[in-house]
Amino acid sequence: MSIDKETVKHIAHLARIELQPNELEKLSLQLHDILGFIDKISGLDIDKVSPTSHILPVSNVLRDDYPHVSLPAEKALENAPSKKGNFFSVPKIIE
Amino acid sequence: MKYETVIGLEVHLQLKTKTKAFCGCAIDFGQPPNSNVCPVCLGFPGTLPVYNKEALNYAIKVALAFDCQIQEHTKFDRKNYFYPDLPKNYQISQYDLPLSRQGHMMITSKDAPKRIGITRIHLEEDAGKLIHEADASLVDFNRTGIPLLEIVSEPDLSSPQEAFDYLTGLKSIVEYLDVSDCDMEKGSLRCDANISLRPEGAKELGVKTELKNMNSFKGVKDALVFEVSRQTELLQSNQAMVQETRLWDADGGRTIVMRSKEGAKDYRYFPDPDLAVFIIDQPMIAKIKSALPELPQEKLRRFVRDYSLTEYDAGILVSSKGDAEFSEACIQKYQGHDKKIMVNWLIGPLLSEANSRKVKLHELKLDKNELLSLIGLVEKQEISLLSAKSVLTQAIDTQKPVQVLIKEGNLSQISNTDLLQQIIETVIAENTKSVDDFKAGKTNALMFLVGQVMKKSAGKANPKIVSDLINRRLS
Ligand SMILES: [Zn+2]
Repeated sequence: MSIDKETVKHIAHLARIELQPNELEKLSLQLHDILGFIDKISGLDIDKVSPTSHILPVSNVLRDDYPHVSLPAEKALENAPSKKGNFFSVPKIIE
Repeated sequence: MKYETVIGLEVHLQLKTKTKAFCGCAIDFGQPPNSNVCPVCLGFPGTLPVYNKEALNYAIKVALAFDCQIQEHTKFDRKNYFYPDLPKNYQISQYDLPLSRQGHMMITSKDAPKRIGITRIHLEEDAGKLIHEADASLVDFNRTGIPLLEIVSEPDLSSPQEAFDYLTGLKSIVEYLDVSDCDMEKGSLRCDANISLRPEGAKELGVKTELKNMNSFKGVKDALVFEVSRQTELLQSNQAMVQETRLWDADGGRTIVMRSKEGAKDYRYFPDPDLAVFIIDQPMIAKIKSALPELPQEKLRRFVRDYSLTEYDAGILVSSKGDAEFSEACIQKYQGHDKKIMVNWLIGPLLSEANSRKVKLHELKLDKNELLSLIGLVEKQEISLLSAKSVLTQAIDTQKPVQVLIKEGNLSQISNTDLLQQIIETVIAENTKSVDDFKAGKTNALMFLVGQVMKKSAGKANPKIVSDLINRRLS
């Protein structure tokens, strides 16, 4: 499976990263190699392998519905690039 | 050409657990912004979410109540997108292995039962809250991570009224389960609607509109009514329908097209590696099933069977859990052999008191024993039905005992024949024409004379005794 530059651009946009032309070139090649590696699976006989969504042999990891102490608001907001009162502040979202 | 309407609803329910879905932050509304947050729900790197056992329990209850097939194997996936109310840049949701599928709910349409399919009920988490200011948007993450259920219906609803009835029924069931507040105005229940029209009898679905921004059941219905006429006009004038998302503008009574976010939706779902799978086995399902409370439909059938209620009356009483419990307690306390008398009080005077006060039946400030004593007095003909209704209103307003109110208002029914005889003589003297009519065999005249006596006694005369007395006096 190969990957074209338009797809890489699209993925970069979805991930909100800006790529320089040389980076786009480099990443396209790397992604191409990675996908080629994954393609090896299609050569294997996996008829008898059930789909796996999780590699650890654990299930039903649950927690009791019991409250813990939350962060104080000033602590939660400590690293915020911008804040107003107890709120995080972000560039205006236009709906 | 005639068109038929096809509607499917997506309902999001906030589960009322004590803590959030994946962390122990308390769910506590009305707290200062960003005070119920922690590294997990703020999406800090290196944190691990662990799902809330009670939320899973609640979700399975809901799925069972809607007759869904619980999937033995279920897992969480990440739904990736960027938005400031989503600190992790993905929402934990379920994609290809949802908690449950293939449920249904019954509604009544055109006096007949109709089955509305439920495609799936799955688990996810709520996002934060945004407040838009002139130059910035402010984010409060208190709501982030509250456990949500998404209930997706099949496109089985054929009118705005059916959509309304489906929502009402859904809310009623969830209230019985006591797992969500289901308050659309407060956001604990949210509903988006998909609606399309197609030529009557056609198999294929038409181009659909997704409706958002409704904040009441009536809003959902109004938005759908508007869309039916908007789409009908477009189709009849042969204009092309575009698939789009429209927002309900309640003040303007119209839907407006939402400026589409750039690009098609590309959520790149993948299994959340931080969360292990769930195996929900039969014993676990059986255990939860056995603890399900009696649901509205079952209660309705039991009320019809045990208390000889009509389906209609039972339907009114069971629609809210609190009302059903209140009504059943009243019916059981009532000693008379005809339970219908109590039922008539409940769906008659009591319900209208509740409606005029904009509260539920069970929220009326009325002691059941006071109600029983009032009904008893009417049955013993110590007070007229008319007076009893006004005593009821006062009892709710003032919380005074009915006996006190009757005394204060001098409302005891006059059954004293001497006293009544005097009033009757006056009425006979004043209404010679009616007396003659009566003697000529016109039965209406008797009704008129009784009415006059009632009027003179300020409604306190016992109409049955008055009628007997006049009959005897004039024959
Ligand atoms: Zn938290």
